[in-house]
This record gives sequence, structure tokens and C-alpha cells, in this order.
Amino acid sequence: MEKVYLAVVLAPLIASIIAGLFGRQIGRSGAHWVTIIGVAIALAASLYAFYMHVIGGLPTFDGTVYTWIASDLFEFNIGFLVDNLTVMMMVVVTAVSLMVHIYTIGYMHDDPGYQRFFSYISLFTFSMLMLVMANNLLQLFFGWEAVGLVSYLLIGFWYKRESAIFANLKAFLVNRVGDFGFLLGIAAILAYTDSLHYATIFERLPELADITVEYWPGVEWSLISVIAILLFIGAMGKSAQVPLHVWLPDSMEGPTPISALIHAATMVTAGIFMVARFSPLFELSDAALSFILVIGAVTAIFMGLLGIVQHDIKRVIAYSTLSQLGFMTAALGVSAYSPALFHLMTHAFFKALLFLAAGSVIIALHHEQDMRKMGGLAKKLPITFATFFIGALALIGFPGTSGFYSKESIIYAVAASELPGAEFAYWALFIGVFVTAFYTFRMLFLVFFGESRMDAHTASHAKESPKVVTVPLMLLAVPSLIIGFLVVEPWLFGTYFDDSIRVLATHGAMATLEDQFTGAWGMFLHGWATPVVWMALAGVAGAAIMYLGMPKVLPPLFARVFAWPKRILDEGYGFDSFNNTVIAGGSRLLGRGLWKGADLRVIDGWLVNGSAALVGYMARTWRLIQTGYLYHYAFVMILGLIGLMTWIVFIGA
Amino acid sequence: MSLYQILFYVFASVAVLAAIRVVTVKNPVHAALYLVLTFFSTALIWILMEAEFLGIVLLLVYVGAVMVLFLFVVMMLDVNIAPLREGFIRNLPVGVFVALVMIIELALILGPATFGLELYPSPEPAPADAGNTLAIGQVLYTKFVYPFEIAAFILLVAIVAAIALAHRRRPGVHYQDIDAQVRVRAEDRVRIAELDADKTRRGDVAGDSKANQDKETS
Amino acid sequence: MISLSEFLIFGGLLFSISVAGIFLNRKNVLVLLMAIELMLLAVNVNFVAFSHFSGDIDGQAFVFFVLTVAAAEAAIGLAILVTLFRNRRTINVEDLTEMKG
Repeated sequence: MEKVYLAVVLAPLIASIIAGLFGRQIGRSGAHWVTIIGVAIALAASLYAFYMHVIGGLPTFDGTVYTWIASDLFEFNIGFLVDNLTVMMMVVVTAVSLMVHIYTIGYMHDDPGYQRFFSYISLFTFSMLMLVMANNLLQLFFGWEAVGLVSYLLIGFWYKRESAIFANLKAFLVNRVGDFGFLLGIAAILAYTDSLHYATIFERLPELADITVEYWPGVEWSLISVIAILLFIGAMGKSAQVPLHVWLPDSMEGPTPISALIHAATMVTAGIFMVARFSPLFELSDAALSFILVIGAVTAIFMGLLGIVQHDIKRVIAYSTLSQLGFMTAALGVSAYSPALFHLMTHAFFKALLFLAAGSVIIALHHEQDMRKMGGLAKKLPITFATFFIGALALIGFPGTSGFYSKESIIYAVAASELPGAEFAYWALFIGVFVTAFYTFRMLFLVFFGESRMDAHTASHAKESPKVVTVPLMLLAVPSLIIGFLVVEPWLFGTYFDDSIRVLATHGAMATLEDQFTGAWGMFLHGWATPVVWMALAGVAGAAIMYLGMPKVLPPLFARVFAWPKRILDEGYGFDSFNNTVIAGGSRLLGRGLWKGADLRVIDGWLVNGSAALVGYMARTWRLIQTGYLYHYAFVMILGLIGLMTWIVFIGA
Repeated sequence: MSLYQILFYVFASVAVLAAIRVVTVKNPVHAALYLVLTFFSTALIWILMEAEFLGIVLLLVYVGAVMVLFLFVVMMLDVNIAPLREGFIRNLPVGVFVALVMIIELALILGPATFGLELYPSPEPAPADAGNTLAIGQVLYTKFVYPFEIAAFILLVAIVAAIALAHRRRPGVHYQDIDAQVRVRAEDRVRIAELDADKTRRGDVAGDSKANQDKETS
Repeated sequence: MISLSEFLIFGGLLFSISVAGIFLNRKNVLVLLMAIELMLLAVNVNFVAFSHFSGDIDGQAFVFFVLTVAAAEAAIGLAILVTLFRNRRTINVEDLTEMKG
């Protein structure tokens, strides 16, 4: 099996190298063929691994492939841990990646950086697979940084645009903040367990449970909580949780395929994946879980609200992604790891679908992203509309769709939890459902229904996208619809994740849920009677009234009545301006102060020039002592001798 | 008072008085001679302390060689003594004061209370056939053989340094450069010139011979 | 008999005289060199005395080495003196102020 795992990882890497370094030689079609074949191999191997592990019953694989550094204290290995969680991630990553590869042929058709783009997304696939298949923290961190790098490269893919450069720098910097915490967490784990290998770490966890550390005099912290929160800070950066979310909306500067692949389906879920992977550790700290829960709930509701006021179609989906990531994080907080991963998977499919469908609209309108200049496209883009609609239904959790099963499970898990903050989180998510439905259908109605607000030229050219675009949409629409129904039972309440996830008995949210579970079909039927679904339908109805019923009257009226809240939303709660003025400005002020004060005055002025001046001054004064007369030196020597003798005679000896 | 004590006090007094003269006489030649006297007396005191070998060495090496070197230099250099004596009287109180302080302090340390006969009894006189030279030789070539080698090397360096410092290359004096003589090659000294063997043409003007050459070449 | 103390005081006297000599003849390099020789002699007296009273021959071996170094020092010192005199026609210490700061 080791060869299969290697094939999964290496096929995209090799393809990426070929497309990246020899792009000129192999040409445009060569580039997309080689990368698509690479990813297809990875997908096939992943499916095979999935089959062997899940259906064939192959035990968990945990082995080292290559030893990078072996020292007395540590061993840095490259190794794979393949269990049910891993194979699920492998399949999701490679499947979405393959769809995106194919889709890219259509989307990037005219772009001069065609080969470069394919090289990047294959490299991303490799990095992401390294991340999910790692069996140690170092390799996880490698994948973590590598996907961050590719994300940076791809956000700034159109590097001639000022805004793209700004956005990729922002993404990189904000991720550094999270990675700083993550790295500290890894270092703490290494310091206390002497190992980076998952299994070894988990074995030693009981030893750490009672250790407290004192970083602040007088304040004792549980070591596990510190480590868990530090690791989660890393996840906050990567999975864009408040307050480190600011980079994700701006990352929409990148081409749409990577928005789908990286900033919706895979990379941003790395944080969720990591927390689930470290469930044995997070389980030991209620403080960390509460923290995660609150952060997740806050992200879910407040980022969703921002989606309502956006005009850029991609930014709406981006805020939606933030909000959905908040749902997953909240699920992690109540120890409902399997619903979080379930939602991760379904979200990967339907959010990739939504992004790619939005991309299809954007192609049709010649790279127009402003929804105020769309409308009435349902007839012109029938396939895009149908798939987008399926994606939207899944996103709002319409009964029967994949999103319904995952989101419903999350909300009920949160409701069943007794963790501090669970009450708040439940209401946040509950309202979040309404908000989700509202902005999703607002977008749908604005784009596909109502009057056309395009100029005549664009309208006449708007036509359905080519097959390379629509086929991936249709292929993604299928799992978006049905996968929830298929896997909800084995995943959430079966034994699927038993080897990967550990939940303490005291965290009983999932157990409570299991008691109420009546099978996928029963859940579907029951769904019609739950308040959550009614909240979603209310959201749809609200959007319909506002944007279908009276699009000319109601939205401006609401904007006038709720001027203040709208302004807050338009400002994105002021995170950006806060970062710009306080953090960036503060840093610059600090840098300026250190430059002027510490560098110029203290170091240059006092230490460098000052010491030279002091030496010069001393030399100027002391040279007067040097008379040059031999007898003066002799005299001083003899005085010293007499002094020494006097000391011995009268004091010392 | 035994003969031993009498001899010691006589030699010590002579040495001290001579030492005082060394630093007070005007003429450096006299100073050097007084220094010889001091060394001589001290050598005798060493012999009293059964250090016969060192006493003889002091006489031979110092009195015989170093002091003669001093005298030689003093006499060779045409030193004008008068300016060198300036300030002698002015410095006399300071010098005497410092010396007195040192003597008193040394006496305090070295007096009978710390190094008296009760604490350090005089050793038994060595037997008549005891060999001081043999004893020194035995430690010098075994225990101290490495410092001995270094001492020899220091002397060698001193010889080389003294020659290098004092040696003077006089302009206008011819001497052999043996290196250059050995390195010389025949080509540097002898040049074999090919000359025209035609004797009938001897005495022709240059222009003719040149015209002749032109004719031959053409 | 003569005590160790008397030998040592004899050495101390020679040493003090040479120190005074350095003060008195501070302009004459030749006498300065002689005073230094005298100092070394005083030290050697101490060595010999201690060696005699402790019955250890090592002290005399040290005197031997001190004599070696003193001889070397005298030779080099005089060589410097000769060179100095040749270049400046004087051995007056007051004229040697190259080292003045």
C-alpha cells in the first residue's frame, strides 16, 4: 500500500514540476494534460486506498517513508498516517482538485500564465495531500506552509494588479500570525513529549494532563489548554476564523478556480482537519473547546451577516465560506468532530460547485463580478443556473441535500452540548441558518432572476460556458445533492471515524444526537418539522420578497432604515481599518521609534559612534601620561613593587 | 665569631659598598669596575653557601665575559658624561628614601622572626668530597633538560639578535657576495657574438657592408 | 652560624641599592643596565640561599637559567645601546622620547 500512498502524493508533484519548469516546451495543452493526468492518478489511487481501508477493512497505516533528520533527541521523518479520516480527505482533495483542473481549461483559456497556473494548482494538490497524510507534526507543518505558499502565489496570480498583490501579502501576513501560534504549539508539544509523531504524542498525553505552566507570575495554566489554544490559533489563521479571517474575502482577487479549490474546498479546511486529527488532545481541555466553540459561533453568524451587503458575487461566496467554516469550528468546539468533518466534506463539494458556477457566470459576462450588473441569467445559462441552484440548496441545508445532513447535525450537536458558551453558540448558529439562506438566495435572485441590468453588448454575448466548465459543475452537483444521504449514518453514528477521533464520555453531545437519530430517511422526514429548516425557508422567503417581489422598493428602504447597521457591515465590522490603523500603524510607529530611537540614537549614536568617541577621548587624555621617558616607567614600576610589598607586609600574607 | 661569619660579613660589606659605588660614581668605567667587585664578592658568598659551581660560573661568565663586554662598550662609546649626571643630587633624596623604605620592608619580612636560625637551622656542612657540579649537572640534564634546551636557544637568539642589531654595513667597502657568485651562469657573463668572417671586407664603411648584405640576400 | 635571614637581607640590600641606582642615574642607560644586572644578582642570591637552606639543588638550577637570561639580556641591551649611540650620538635617556604620547 505504501506505493499507492506515494503515488497519491508524488503524481501531482511530478506533474507540477513538469508543467512549471517545462511549460514552454510542452505548451498549453501539454501543461493541462500532464497535470490532469497527475491528479487523475492521485484520485484513482486515493479511491483505491479509500476502497481498501473503508470497504476492504485494511487497518490504519502509520509508517515512515523517509528519515530526514535523526538526532539524539528527535527524529524528523516523512511518513504517512492513513486511516478513514485521511482517505476521506484524500478523496475530497483529489476529486475537487481534478474538477478544478478540468474547469480551469475553460476558465483560464485566454490567460498568458496558463502553464504556471496548472503548475501551481498541482503543487497545491501535492501540498494539501502531504498535509492530510502526514503522520507527524513537522510534515503537517510543511504541508501547512506549502499550501499557504501556493495560496499566496495564486492570490497574486495576476501579479500586475495592485489589489492582487495587496491581497496576497495580506493573506500571507495574517497567516503568519496564526502560524506563529501553531509553531509555538508544535514546539510545546515537542518540548514536553520529545516527539512529533502523532501516535507517540497521543500516548504521552495522559502524562501532560496534570502539568501546569506559569507564564504570568501567579497565573497557572493547564499545559494541555495552552497547547490546544496555540494549535487552534494556527487553525484560526488557516481556516479564517475571527479575528484572523480578514484575508479570505480579499483572497478572491485570485482566479475563480483557486477560490473554489483553495479558499473554499480544501486549504481553509486544513484547520478543521488538524483540530479533528488532534481530537485526543483537544478533548482534554474544556477551556480550549469552549474557546473554539465561541470563536466558531461568532464567525458563523457575523461573517454570514457580511454576506448580505456584498455586491461582488465571489465575495458573497467567500463570506459564506467563512460562515460555514464557523459552523465547522463550532462543531469541533462541542466535540462533534464527525459532523465537522462531514460538513467539511459536503461543504467542499457544494462550495466548490458554487464557486465554479459563479465562475461560469463570470466567464459568460466577460469577467464581470458585480451582481448589480447581472440579473435574469437563468434562461441564458441553464446548466450553470441548475447547478448553482443545487449548490445553493445544499448550502442553506434544504432537506435531503448533503448540506442539510451535515449542518443539521452540527446545530443539534451544539444544542445538546453542556459546554460553557453552548447556549450562545446554538442561537448564533440558529440565526446563522436564516442569514445563510437569505444571502444565498439574494445572490441567486440577483444573478439569475429579475430584470437584466447588463449593458446590451454583454447581454448579447452571454451564453452558456463550454463543456470543460459545465461538466465539472455537473459532476460536483451530484455529490452535493446525495452524498449526505449516503454517508450520514456510517460517518456520524457508525464506526467510520472510530480509529481517528477520540471523544471523552463527558462530552456527550454526539451520544445525545445518536439517541435521537432515526436513520437518513427518518432525518429527512423529520427535517421538515424542525425549526432549523423553517429558519432556512424563512430566509429564502425573505430574500424572495426583497429581491423578487419588490426589488426596486424594499432593498433601498431597508438600506435607509438600517443605515447604521449597514454601515457597520459595509465596513466589515472595522477589522480592516483596525488592522490598518492600530496593528499596521502601530507596527510602523514602533518600527519608526526603534529606528530613530534604538537604531539611530542608541546603537549608532551611543554604542557605535559613542564607543569610538569614548576610546578617542580616553586616548586623547591618557596619552599625556605617556611621557616617553624611560625613568618614568621605571619609577612607576618600582612604586608598584613597593606598593605590593607594603600590602604583603602590613595587610596581606 | 667563627671564621665563616667573619668571611660572610667581610664579603657582604664589600659587596654592598661596591654596589653603592656602582650607582654613585661619575665615571661609567669605574661603575663597571665596581660592579665587577660586587659580583666577585657575591660569588664568594655563594661559595660560602656551598654553591661552588655557580660561584665559579658567576666569576667566569659575568666577571669574565659580561662585565668585559660592558667595559668594552663603555670605552668604545665616546660618552659625554656631564649631561648624564644632571639631576643626580636632586634625585638623591628620592632614591635614598625609596631604597630605605624597601630595605625596612624587606627587613620586616626577612628578619630573624621569619627566617631566623630557629626556624631554618643551618644545614650540616657537606662532606669534603661532595660534588656541587655533579648535583647541578644531574638535575640540569634530567629534570630540567627541556628548560635547558630553551635556555640554549635563548642564547642563540641573543647572539643572532646582537649581531643583527650591532652589525653595520659600511658603504664603499667591497666584499664578496657568495650567493651571487655561486648562482652565476655562463650566459650572464659571456656573450658569443657571431661575427662576419670575411676578412677582406674589414675596414669597410658601414654603408658598404649593408649594401653588401642587401646584395647577398637578393 | 649565619642565618637564612642574613643572606636574604643581603640580597634585599643589593636589590634596594639597585633600585636607588635607577633613580639616581636615570639619564645614563649604561648605569641603568648595570643596576638591572645588580637586581638580577640580588635575586640570584635569594635563590642560592633558599637552595642552601632547604637542601634542594633545584634553586641552583634556576640561578643557572637566570644567569643565562641575564647574559642574553645584557648582550642585547648593549647591542641596542651601541646602535642607539651610533644613530643619535648620545645615550641620554632624556633625548629618547619617541614613545611620548
